[in-house]
Amino acid sequence: MGLANRMALENPNITAVTVQATEFYDLARKYRVTGVPKTVVNESIEILGALPEPMYVRAVLGIDEES
Amino acid sequence: MSLLSASDQQTLREMFADMKQTVTILFFTQTIGCETCDDTKRILGELTGLTDRIVVDEVNLVLEKERAAEYGIDRAPGLALLVDGKDTRIRMLGAPAGYDFMSLVDAILAAGGASDMALSEESVGLLATVTEPRRIEVFVTPT
Repeated sequence: MGLANRMALENPNITAVTVQATEFYDLARKYRVTGVPKTVVNESIEILGALPEPMYVRAVLGIDEES
Repeated sequence: MSLLSASDQQTLREMFADMKQTVTILFFTQTIGCETCDDTKRILGELTGLTDRIVVDEVNLVLEKERAAEYGIDRAPGLALLVDGKDTRIRMLGAPAGYDFMSLVDAILAAGGASDMALSEESVGLLATVTEPRRIEVFVTPT
């Protein structure tokens, strides 16, 4: 997805992997993917659906909206 | 026969013409047990036929394990995007077909410096604070 890729281009600590859920069913099952897009960060943070950029970036970085 | 219509080819050619850097797509493939590797090869072939700015480097996942490990790819078809030989850390697992074809095109344009969609200053500022590895996995479907 566009945002994740752009985040990877911005910081060398970030890797963005787009996974075809229908082809890699084992990965989809591992992360309980029931709808797309679904983002999983460091195997822990889960983001469902597409979010506007400011919200998505904060969610991926684990930053609270309020802080 | 081309997978893309003449007008789609022309549109893509014009988009790729704005690329400032050459993007190398490492294409991790295997001969056995990969249903979509042939499709992926055809799709990538279409892209390289449109511009010199896109280069595809095929890597056999089984025979070149070290190279696959270097890029953290353990499945085929797997793609890793490089710019001027440098890893962008953009990966794609699975055939870039359907909706995902445009995702690949978008990733190539962004990596090649030809995208007009940039992150906001606020996002760039937040991203500058990331000092620990972060692996973003985005699950998609072709439709």
